[in-house]
Amino acid sequence: MTDQNSSLSHLDLETPEKPFLDANELVINMGPQHPATHGVLRVILRLDGEKVLGLECVIGYLHRGVEKIGEHRTYTMFNPYVDRMDYVAAVSNGLGYCETVEKLLNVEAPPRAQYVRVILTELNRIASHQLWLGTHALDIGAITPLFYTFRDREEILKIYEKYCGARLTTHAFRIGGLQYETYAGFEKDVKNFLDFFRPKIDEYEELLTTNRIWVERTKNVGNISAQDCIALGVTGPVLRASGVKWDLRKAQPYANYKNFDFDIPIGQNGDTYDRYLVRMAEMRQSVRIVQQAVYALPEGPIMAKVPKVMKPPVGEVYHSIEAPKGELGYFIVSDGSTQPYRVRVRPPSFVNLQALDVMCRGQLVADVIAVIGTLDIVLGEVDR
Amino acid sequence: MPDEIKSPPSPPPEGDPKPTADQTTVPGGVKATASGSVQSDPKSQAEKPVPSPSSPVPAKPATTAPAAPAKVAAPAKPAAPTPTPWDSPLVAKLRSSYGSGIEPLTYAGQNYMVVDRSLIPEILQVLRNQEQFDYCVDITAVHYPKREKQFDVLWILYSYARNERIRVTTQIRDGESIPSSVPIWTGANWLEREVYDMFGIKFDGHPDMKRILLPDGWKGHPLRKDYDILQQDNEWVQINLGIESGQ
Repeated sequence: MTDQNSSLSHLDLETPEKPFLDANELVINMGPQHPATHGVLRVILRLDGEKVLGLECVIGYLHRGVEKIGEHRTYTMFNPYVDRMDYVAAVSNGLGYCETVEKLLNVEAPPRAQYVRVILTELNRIASHQLWLGTHALDIGAITPLFYTFRDREEILKIYEKYCGARLTTHAFRIGGLQYETYAGFEKDVKNFLDFFRPKIDEYEELLTTNRIWVERTKNVGNISAQDCIALGVTGPVLRASGVKWDLRKAQPYANYKNFDFDIPIGQNGDTYDRYLVRMAEMRQSVRIVQQAVYALPEGPIMAKVPKVMKPPVGEVYHSIEAPKGELGYFIVSDGSTQPYRVRVRPPSFVNLQALDVMCRGQLVADVIAVIGTLDIVLGEVDR
Repeated sequence: MPDEIKSPPSPPPEGDPKPTADQTTVPGGVKATASGSVQSDPKSQAEKPVPSPSSPVPAKPATTAPAAPAKVAAPAKPAAPTPTPWDSPLVAKLRSSYGSGIEPLTYAGQNYMVVDRSLIPEILQVLRNQEQFDYCVDITAVHYPKREKQFDVLWILYSYARNERIRVTTQIRDGESIPSSVPIWTGANWLEREVYDMFGIKFDGHPDMKRILLPDGWKGHPLRKDYDILQQDNEWVQINLGIESGQ
C-alpha cells in the first residue's frame, strides 16, 4: 500500500540522467524489523561503500493514535494511555500528564505525594538509563552489560510492583497526587536499593569506560555540536553531552525538585562516548536525589482535593518535564467538559530522532547502530 | 467514611500531624473548581488560596461567600479563570512594531500571543533572531470546526538565554496554508510534517511535505474533529464483508 517511491523521492532515483545505482552509491534499507533499531524504526541509508552519505528515517509503524484517543476519554481515563508511549519510563510520562492536568485544574499535589513522586520518577530514570545502557552496549557488541543492567533493574521493578502492581506500565500517579499509600517497608526497600546500586554503577563503568574497544567504537562517533542540537530542538542527555548545561529540573522546576541538591553532568564533544558518560553520571545524580528524598519523606495526605468528575475550566496549558529521554511536554486544551479537547504530547524521542541524519553523515554503517542506540529512542514515544 | 472528616471545626490542617492512611480525604488546599462537586466541603476550603506555582493567575474570587452548608444547589462558584493581558518588555517591543496584529495574553501563568496570520514568518524570525527564542519546542494545531477560522496553529518557543517559554498562536481557515518555519528552526521539519499528517495543514516552503506517521497512501487527516474514530473500521467492514459493522 505504501508508495515506495515517494519515501525515496529525495534520493533522486527517478532522475533519468543519474544512473539508478551510481557506481559509488548504494541505497540500503534497514527495515522496521531489525534487532538494533530499538523498536520498529525503518532507516533508509544511502551509502558509498560503508560510508553513510545520508539517511532517512521512516517512522509510524507504532502509531496508535494516542492523541485522537485522548479526545474521547476523560482526564482520568486517559492516564493509563500515557504510560504506553514511552513504555520504558512509564512513570515519567504519568508525572508529566498528571502535572499538566493539575495545572489546568489549578491544584497542587500535597508534599508527601510530591516526595514519593520524585522518588519513583528518579528510580524510573535509573531504570530507563539501565535499559539504555544494556541495549546500547549490546548493539555495539558488548553483551555482558545487558545482563548486569537488567538484573539490577529488577530491583527497581520489584519496588514498582509492590507499590502499584505493575512493573513497566505502572499508572503510578493520579491527578492530584497518588492513589496508593506507600506500602509498609517502602522506605526500607528504597534505601536498600540505593546501597545495593551504588557499587553497581561502578561495575558498569569498570566494564566499559576505559575499555579500549568501547572507546574506539564510541569516541568521535555521532558528533553533534551544541548549535545543531539547539536548532534541531534536541534535549536531554544528547544536548547536555554537547555542552549545554540545561535541565528542566533546574531551569523550570516541577514537582519539588527545588528541594533537592543535585548536579547536571555535561560533556564536551557531543559524541557517543560523552553521551555515555553523561548518562552514567545522571544515574549517580538520581541516586543522590532519591537518597535525599527518602530520608526527608514527610507524613501527610497523598491526594489533593480534586473533584470526582473533573471539568477543568476552558483554557490551554503546556507543561513539560525532564524525562530520561529529554523534554517531554503535554499541551492540553480544555473546553470545560470532562474530556480534553486536544491532547498533544511533545515526545523527546521524536524530535531527537531528527538529529540522526546530522549525526551519521560521514560515519560508517556500524556507527549508525551506535548512534541510534545513543539517542535513546523509544518508538512508542516517537510514533505514539 | 470520608464524610466524618469533612467537617473539622478547626481550620484546615497544614501538614496534618495525623499520618492519615485515608487517601481520599483531607484538603490539600485546592481552589474549588467550576464543577461544583466540592460544595459540601468545609467552608474554610473555598477561602484558602492554593499556593499555586503560577502566581500571575488572577486571584479569582476565592473569597466568594463560603458555601452555606444547607444549600444543595451549587454555591456562588468562583468565576472560572480567563486569559488576562500580558505585559512585559518583550511585549512592549513587539507591540511597537506590530501594533494590533498581536494579542498577548496570559493564562495559568503561561504567556502566549495570538497573532495575525499575515505576520507569521516575520514574527517568528524576530522572536528567534532578536529575542533569542532559539529552541522551537513544538508546533501543533487544534481544530475548531465551528469557527470560521477553523485551525489554531501554534508554536511553543523557549529561550535558553532568558529561560522563558512562550506560545505563538495563529488562526487559519480550512485549506489555507502557512509558511514553514524550517528556515528558522531546523527542528521544525518533522513537527510540521506531523501537523500536515494529522490536520492537513500544508506548510509552504517545507523541504519534504509528506506524511510522517501514517502510511503515504492514507486518506484523511485523523486529528480533525470530523474524522470519525470508527470510520476506517466501518468502511472496511462495509467494503470487505458487505455488512454493517457492529460498532
